[in-house]
Amino acid sequence: MIKAILIFNNHGKPRLSKFYEHYSEDTEQQIIRETFHLVSKRDENVCNFLEGGLLIGGSDNKLIYRHYATLYFVFCVDSSESELGILDLIQVFVETLDKCFENVCELDLIFHVDKVHNILAEMVMGGMVLETNMNEIITQIDAQNKMEKSETFIFQSPRQDR
Amino acid sequence: MALKIVKGSIDRMFDKNLQDLVRGIRNHKEDEAKYISTCIDEIKQELKQDNIAVKANAVCKLTYLQMLGYDVSWAAFNIVEVMSSSKFTYKRIGYLAASQCFHEGTDVIMLTTNQIRKDLSSPNQYDTGVALTGLSCFVTPDLARDLANDIMTLMSHTKPYIRKKAVLIMYKVFLKYPESLRPAFPRLKEKLEDPDPGVQSAAVNVICELARRNPKNYLSLAPLFFKLMTSSTNNWVLIKIIKLFGALTPLEPRLGKKLIEPLTNLIHSTSAMSLLYECVNTVIAVLISLSSGMPNHSASIQLCVQKLRILIEDSDQNLKYLGLLAMSKILKTHPKSVQSHKDLILQCLDDKDESIRLRALDLLYGMVSKKNLMEIVKKLMLHVDKAEGTTYRDELLTKIIDICSQNNYQYITNFEWYISILVELTRLEGTRHGHLIASQMLDVAIRVKAIRGFAVAQMAMLLDNAHLLTGNTQRNGICEVLYAAAWICGEFSEHLEDPMHTLEAMLRPKVATLPGHIQAVYVQNAAKLFATVLRKQEGAPDSQAAQETSQLLIDRLPLFVQSANLEVQERASCILQLVKYIQKLQQKDVEVAEEVSALFAGELNPVAPKAQKKVPVPEGLDLDAWINDPPSESESEDEKPKAVFAKEEPKHTRPRHPEVDEKELARRREARKQEQANNPFYIKSSPSSQKVYQDAPGVEHIPVVQIDLSVPLKVPGMPMSDQYVKLEEERRQKERAEKKKKEKKKKREKRGRGKKGDSGPESEEDITPAHQVDIVTEEMPENALPSDDDDKDPNDPHKALDIDLDKPLMDSEKLPVRTHRPEVLKSPAEDGDGEPAQAEPKKRSSKEKKEKKKDKDKDRKKSKEEKKKKKHKRDAEPEEPVEEQMEEPVQSEASAEVAAPPTSTPTEASDLDFWLSNAPEVEPTPPETTSTPETTSAAAPESEPEEPKDTEPEETKSSKHKKKKQKKEKEDKEKKKKKRHHHHHHHSDGAGDESVQNGTVEEEEPLPPMSNYCLLAENSYIKMVCDIQGNLQDGSQVVVSVIFENKSDCFLKSMEFNVLDSLNSKLQRPEGAGPHDGLTVPFQLPPGVSNEARFVFSVQSIVMPQKLKGTLTFIVKSEDSSTHEKLDFKLHFTCTSYLITTPCYSDAYAKLLESGDLKASSLKLEGVNMPFHHLLARICFHHHFSVVERIDSCASMYSRSIQGHHVCLLVKTSGETVSIDAKCDEPSLLGNVLEEIKQTFSRC
Repeated sequence: MIKAILIFNNHGKPRLSKFYEHYSEDTEQQIIRETFHLVSKRDENVCNFLEGGLLIGGSDNKLIYRHYATLYFVFCVDSSESELGILDLIQVFVETLDKCFENVCELDLIFHVDKVHNILAEMVMGGMVLETNMNEIITQIDAQNKMEKSETFIFQSPRQDR
Repeated sequence: MALKIVKGSIDRMFDKNLQDLVRGIRNHKEDEAKYISTCIDEIKQELKQDNIAVKANAVCKLTYLQMLGYDVSWAAFNIVEVMSSSKFTYKRIGYLAASQCFHEGTDVIMLTTNQIRKDLSSPNQYDTGVALTGLSCFVTPDLARDLANDIMTLMSHTKPYIRKKAVLIMYKVFLKYPESLRPAFPRLKEKLEDPDPGVQSAAVNVICELARRNPKNYLSLAPLFFKLMTSSTNNWVLIKIIKLFGALTPLEPRLGKKLIEPLTNLIHSTSAMSLLYECVNTVIAVLISLSSGMPNHSASIQLCVQKLRILIEDSDQNLKYLGLLAMSKILKTHPKSVQSHKDLILQCLDDKDESIRLRALDLLYGMVSKKNLMEIVKKLMLHVDKAEGTTYRDELLTKIIDICSQNNYQYITNFEWYISILVELTRLEGTRHGHLIASQMLDVAIRVKAIRGFAVAQMAMLLDNAHLLTGNTQRNGICEVLYAAAWICGEFSEHLEDPMHTLEAMLRPKVATLPGHIQAVYVQNAAKLFATVLRKQEGAPDSQAAQETSQLLIDRLPLFVQSANLEVQERASCILQLVKYIQKLQQKDVEVAEEVSALFAGELNPVAPKAQKKVPVPEGLDLDAWINDPPSESESEDEKPKAVFAKEEPKHTRPRHPEVDEKELARRREARKQEQANNPFYIKSSPSSQKVYQDAPGVEHIPVVQIDLSVPLKVPGMPMSDQYVKLEEERRQKERAEKKKKEKKKKREKRGRGKKGDSGPESEEDITPAHQVDIVTEEMPENALPSDDDDKDPNDPHKALDIDLDKPLMDSEKLPVRTHRPEVLKSPAEDGDGEPAQAEPKKRSSKEKKEKKKDKDKDRKKSKEEKKKKKHKRDAEPEEPVEEQMEEPVQSEASAEVAAPPTSTPTEASDLDFWLSNAPEVEPTPPETTSTPETTSAAAPESEPEEPKDTEPEETKSSKHKKKKQKKEKEDKEKKKKKRHHHHHHHSDGAGDESVQNGTVEEEEPLPPMSNYCLLAENSYIKMVCDIQGNLQDGSQVVVSVIFENKSDCFLKSMEFNVLDSLNSKLQRPEGAGPHDGLTVPFQLPPGVSNEARFVFSVQSIVMPQKLKGTLTFIVKSEDSSTHEKLDFKLHFTCTSYLITTPCYSDAYAKLLESGDLKASSLKLEGVNMPFHHLLARICFHHHFSVVERIDSCASMYSRSIQGHHVCLLVKTSGETVSIDAKCDEPSLLGNVLEEIKQTFSRC
């Protein structure tokens, strides 16, 4: 199971947080802060797995992260997930973002958190990996976007009448 | 501001969307909080608008703010509003917000049930998808129970997109509502062979997740997974399956043997590192499970270790890390094969990556032996000195202690060495683990009697040099060792060389700066020392010395009497008075030493950590019962630090110095410092000495010249552990030489004897401990209960999912179907109540639910107790058949109707046995299922076929397993009995005199199982049963769910479903299809399998029932031929199927009746012979009504058609006559519905 997915930048500002278990807002912020603290002090050329941390307790849990330019992508998973598999999944996630936003950068994530959430929802559901095939993910995202567009067209027209 | 006024009031709300909000926050960096609070005010305004677009926009912004840590739970209701928008765009926003901030405590969540159900059955797959995604994040036990059936039907949706989501979410449903696991499992299993790889992967995912926690229940799936493993090419699926096998092999070693070959092949062939790694991992698991028995698997170990070495040597840190991780698993069973790579692992200790160093440390733990312990620890001590960060250093410290203390100090040959190591470790400043070292010191000193003399000497040294340890008391955990030192010196003071000196050291004024609990130990043990000193001095001729000692105590103790710490104060004043009294006696020349030492006489024995827990509970003592009434909820609970991500096991901290205390102390100290700083009269301590203590992490490595030393850095006279290493080496060599001599002699004496210990020139046995230590074993209470369940967490949600899945499904276990059953007849308080209590319907129902939960729990407990009793007296058994027979009539009713989910056959277990025992070529028989008719018919009147059928194939299995299963079965039966009991209870009471609101479905309801599925058509190949439901969202849609069941021995494929459209009703076909094209059924049917598909029809008028003609065409494929077959059927759209169960409150119902818009009609039924609540249940179930109110033998019911017609019924019964008065705004619809009700009852 994936327990949480966090994206934050080099300064620890959260860009996306998805917890698959409930925590209070304060705890969530604390977890983000702590995770950032743990991850950010690591060198570039060390391994991408991390144990320990007080909040993400439990010996079964692990942080698996990747660092891209200004952003950290962190997955907190338990032992039922394959470590290398999750690394691949992060890669798929980032590549999907890149396709959907066309050369994704931090700004895209800042201004379109909702879209990132929607993309993520096609990959991971309730803490379990739903789809790993990028083309399939993009097809579904595109279909939903198309639907959204057709809807905006319908309900924007009456507004123009007013 | 000006701009805002200019803008129109409608557009005003649109001027800030999510992007604007984000931009705004970025532009207000300096007063972000203020800006956001104005934004929240705006959002609150927007949420008050009626326009759903405005609301959605507001909710979208809230979701963002939630991420920044703002509590948005106040908007929960608005989120629900947005969720229920018909527009996908808004719905998605709503569900996203809900998934981010809803949880079990959100009260509006119960309002969402119907909305979610509506979305789940939406014809738009993305509506369904969004609902499933959202639900996966906030599903509650109530939602899980109410929606389980809907989700289960979605598992056979036509779109793989929906199927895979439905399959995944089932895991969450199982967790929240464990009762759903058994009924849903057959279909889940079916999905393992879904044609869509995504669905397949999802099913594998869910089953792996389930099996990880309760592997034994999933053993029977092994053949299926084996097939998947050898056929699948999807690495994700493979990884999951291989991981699953890793969990299964420990339970079934034969499985492991079967796996080795394909796994080794994969290891050799795959290029994916992730897959390779998981294969190695599972091979290791297999080898562990096989560790005894098969001799020739050393090749596999070699292969694993060799592959792992490659990983560890790789430049990729990730692989290195994982390699070490896997290596540690091999270590547990095959330490020898890992020990040969010691060089590699020690090398990893120098890695710059902390994670890797930690892993290497873990490995070291298992690699030590008597031979190399000292060497390894020496190396670690070097690392301790070099370690830069305190976390890693602390980790090293704990590892050293772990390594040395493992298995009851198994590898320690020289305890003097270990004590010196511990003493050396005390030089670590700022470590958090002072108490760890302390407890080791105590443990060794208490349990190794031979070492006490040495330990006491060392501890005395520590006490004497306490100032080195306490230099910086703030945040300094190391002073904890003084606690141990003081206690050891006091308790074993007879070993002290110069007790007087130590006593003096313990009473230094500086001691008063130590934490309170340590001072307390100091004071107490000073008294013990005093006793020892007195004994020595009284024996001596100089009696003056004894009095001087007393005087010393009298002089020094008042300092402690003034202590702020109660414990210290109390002990000090007590002892002070004692000593004063002793002094008086001494002055009269009375010998007191004997009496004083008697105060502290007696040996303390170590007690095992779990001893307390294992004390058997005396008979008649109920530990859970309240002694006094429970106090109201205290607030202190909030203060407990909550574990995050995983529940922490309660740690056994020593109660004397909890962390809170330390924090508190630190805070106070801070405050005191502040005060001191402001106090001109306070004399500050000299800064120079302070400085030295502060920055000295590795004391030895500080260049001595540069610092002005007022204190020597090396504790004088402290033995260095290194010298022991040398000594030990010499000793061993000597011993070896001696032994060889002896051995030679022995060999000469008796040559016939085989040699012992052939594992190298110096095996473990050769090394004898330096001094014979008898390690005192820990005490256990008398008749301690042997228990192996010490480590199980009672709160683990997965415990509830430990369910036997091979047992055939019982009717009582069916998932609650979408009905609102009328009877909630349980709360005993209301049984005698003649008056219908109507007020506050909502509150009451929730209360009732709670009560019921309690009841259930009680029942469970009871049934367990009963089970225990049963065990004792077997003669109670004859009762059972009687009870079972009583069950039969109810069960057999079900055989008239076909139950939906197929059940698994009990023969599976034997399949597994066969599969495991046989040659590998044997194709696993498709582990599928026969469907319900068989089982239900098997439950025919007089026999009880379940048990024999079930246990027979089991017999080949291990008896343990069998027993468990039987036990469980018994439990089930017991539970059932309980249910029956309830049932009868109701009847005898005859109390139907309560008004009942629509409760949610209760699984305990003793109603006969019913199904709305009716036979559509059947021939020798296939059977179709169908259920027709209106679609609430769309007034012109009807959904037909058809279950296709393959009755033949052949494979059915290419099924096409077609219906001739009428003017009024049309089958909805995909875009581009002609009006006469059939719909392809999205699955194929292996023999004996059934599956469900849904078809949507559009209808115009719903006031008349109608029939549609249709055909199903399919290809029957047997081994040698395939034929084209077809089956005609008639779909009957009754008027009932246009009705939707809709709850209605009594006040609204009364208004409706009063309004006078409704036309009336009535109906009389004769000869209805069933209890009234059964009658109501039937109407509710088959005709989609809900009970509004029930008084005695009279009930009012309500339903609504998909086009919004209200249908009201008043049902009365007297004897066998039932009269129904009905009102509806559409007379012909009403007439038809009544006609159908009549038919329903004439059938039974």
